[in-house]
Amino acid sequence: MSKPRTLFDKIWANHLVHTQDDGTCLIYIDRHLVHEVTSPQAFEGLRMTKRVVRRPDLTIAVADHNVPTTDRSKGIADPESRTQIETLESNVKEFGVPYFAMDDIRQGIVHIIGPEQGMTLPGMTIVCGDSHTSTHGAFGALAFGIGTSEVEHVLATQTLIQKPAKNMRITVDGVLPRGVTAKDIVLAIIGRIGTAGGTGHVVEFAGPVIRGLSMEGRMTVCNMTIEAGARAGLIAPDETTFAYAKGRPHAPKAGQWEAALNFWRTLPSDPGASYDKEVTIDAATLVPHVTWGTSPQDVAPITGRVPDPAREGDANKRASLERSLAYMGLTPGTPFTELRIDKVFIGSCTNGRIEDLRAAAALAHGRKVASHVQALVVPGSGLVKEQAEQEGLDKIFLAAGFEWREPGCSMCLAMNADRLEPGERCGSTSNRNFEGRQGRGGRTHLMSPEMAAASAIAGTIADPRAIS
Amino acid sequence: MQKFDKLTGVAAPMPMINIDTDMIIPKQHLKTIKRTGLGKALFDEMRFNADGSEKPEFVLNQPAYRKAQVIVAGANFGCGSSREHAPWALLDFGIRCVIAPSFADIFHSNCFKNGILPIALPQEICDRLMDDARKGSNATLLIDLEKQEITRPDGEVIKFQIDAFKRHCLLEGLDDIGLTLEKGADVDSYEAKQKSSQPWLPMAP
Repeated sequence: MSKPRTLFDKIWANHLVHTQDDGTCLIYIDRHLVHEVTSPQAFEGLRMTKRVVRRPDLTIAVADHNVPTTDRSKGIADPESRTQIETLESNVKEFGVPYFAMDDIRQGIVHIIGPEQGMTLPGMTIVCGDSHTSTHGAFGALAFGIGTSEVEHVLATQTLIQKPAKNMRITVDGVLPRGVTAKDIVLAIIGRIGTAGGTGHVVEFAGPVIRGLSMEGRMTVCNMTIEAGARAGLIAPDETTFAYAKGRPHAPKAGQWEAALNFWRTLPSDPGASYDKEVTIDAATLVPHVTWGTSPQDVAPITGRVPDPAREGDANKRASLERSLAYMGLTPGTPFTELRIDKVFIGSCTNGRIEDLRAAAALAHGRKVASHVQALVVPGSGLVKEQAEQEGLDKIFLAAGFEWREPGCSMCLAMNADRLEPGERCGSTSNRNFEGRQGRGGRTHLMSPEMAAASAIAGTIADPRAIS
Repeated sequence: MQKFDKLTGVAAPMPMINIDTDMIIPKQHLKTIKRTGLGKALFDEMRFNADGSEKPEFVLNQPAYRKAQVIVAGANFGCGSSREHAPWALLDFGIRCVIAPSFADIFHSNCFKNGILPIALPQEICDRLMDDARKGSNATLLIDLEKQEITRPDGEVIKFQIDAFKRHCLLEGLDDIGLTLEKGADVDSYEAKQKSSQPWLPMAP
C-alpha cells in the first residue's frame, strides 16, 4: 500500500512538470483568471520580451475591480480606471485571450464567474493575480493568488515555480445552530487561528458542517482562507460539487462527464492521510460573528462588546489593539449592537452570490433601511443579477430602500466610485477590514449578508436572529 | 531583475504586527499600468495627510530614515492582497530588505521577483534589530546574502536561513520565465499526457 495522501498531495502530484534536486517544483496551471488591475505589467513584460500567451484556451479575462456599479452606458468617469480597462481590452485582443466585456451578461467578479461558467472544476490548479483566488478551492481545486510577475510567468509558460505547501485540516464538527452562516464559520475560524494561522499551509476544510454547506457557502469559507494566512483552502469534491458543475458552459460534456466524475471521485483525501496541523471546531459553539478591528482576526460574537486593551498582557498586541480602536473610533466595553452605522455593503467575491442575495432579501422583505443608512446591494456577476431579478429580489431590496447596482468588486476595495468617507462606519459582507480598505478613514465591520441586511434596517450593527 | 548580493543601509523601525499590503500601497495607486514610480505612494495613508502634506511622526518622514534601505517590522508582514505593487513601491522608494518574524506567503514570493530580500528571524532577534533601527542613521545594518549574515552596528553577526534556489536567483538576478522556457520539452510532454487523461480541460471559444 502506498502512503495515504491528502487532496492537496494528489492535486500537486497530478500537476508536477519537473522537480529540481532541491525540491523546487514546476507545476502546471489548468486555469488562469486575469483581471485589469494586476495584469497590465505582465502583458507589457510579454511584449518587451516578444513572448506569447502559451494557452489562451486555459485563460479568461474580465474587468471587475474598477468597473462602475451604476449605469455603464455612459462609460467610466475616472480616467485612470478607464485606462486600466481599455488596456486590458487591447491586451486581450493583442494576445488572443478570451474576454467578458463590461456589457456582457457573463461579466462579474472573477471569482464568481469562474464557478458560474464551469471553468472551475475539481482537481484543477487555478491561479489569478488576486489573493481571493482561494475561493475556487470550494470545488476541490488547488487555487491561489499570485503576483504580477507570476501572472506573466503563467501567461508565458502555463506553469509556476513553487514548493509544496504544508497540509492543514480544519474540521467543523457537530450541527450548525440556526441563524449561523458560512461567513460566521470562517470568521470564527480566523478568530481562532489568527490571521497568520495558516501561513505556509493549504487548509482543507472537513467535517459534517462543511459537507452540509452549499457550494455558495463553501466558496465563502474558502474565499476567506487567505485572511487566515493560507494561500489556498480546499474542500473535497462530492455530490454537491458535481451537481453544481453539471451542465455549466465549460463543464465536461456528455461523453466526457462520466470520465471526469470517475477522476474527481479519486481526489478526496485517503483515510489515514496525515496533516502537519489539525484544528477542530465544534459548530454548536458558533454564533453570528462580526469584526470590530482592522484585521479579520479581530472578530467576536455579535453578542459581545468592544474589547479593552488594558486587559491585553502582550505589549505588541496591546499596541496593535489600541491603534485599531483609535482608527475604528470605538470605546472599550461598548456592545456591538449599539454601534451606529452609516453604510451597508452587500456583495463581493465573499458574499455576492445568489444565495447571499436571497438570504439578505429574506430579512429585508417588508422592512425599511434606517433613514441615516445608505445600503448597496452589488451582485457578483451579470448572471447573478439576472437570476435575482427573475426571483424578484431586486424589487424587495428597492422597496426596502437598498440600492440595486451593476456587478463588480465595488466597495470591497473601493477602486471604483463606491467608497466610505473618512469616519464612516460600514457593515460589509466583504473580506477585509484593513485600515482604508473601503476608503481612506473608513471603518469596516465584516459580517454575513444576513447581519448586513439586519444592520441596514436597525441602523446599528444588529443580530439577524433578533429579526428573522 | 536587480541582483541582490550585499547591502549596507539604514533600517527603519516599524514595530507593528500585520502590516498589510493595503497599508503598504492603498488601492487608489493600483490604477497604474506601470511598475515604476510607486515609491511616492509607499505607505501613503500612514505617511501623508489627506491634503498631501507629510505626517512628521511617520518613520520614513523622519530625517534619519528618509533614505532607509531596510525595514524592521512586526510579524506577518505583507498580509492581505496579492498586489505586487507593494514590493514595487518598496523598491521604488529604495527599500531592498525587510526583516520580520514572519511574512505572508504571497508577499514573500513577490519580493523575490523584484530583487527584495525578505528575512525571517525569531522575534527575540528581530527585537534586537528593532533596537538597532531605532538608533537612526548612525546605526546601519550590513546584509550579506552570499554568506546569509546580518552584521549589527556593534559588530555582532546574525545568521539567517533562506531557500537555496531563491537565494541563487536573487544573487544572479535571474529571470524565472527564461529558466522555465528552457524546460519547454517537459511542459510539452505534460500537456500531451493531460490531453489524453483530461480532454475536458481546454475551454472551447
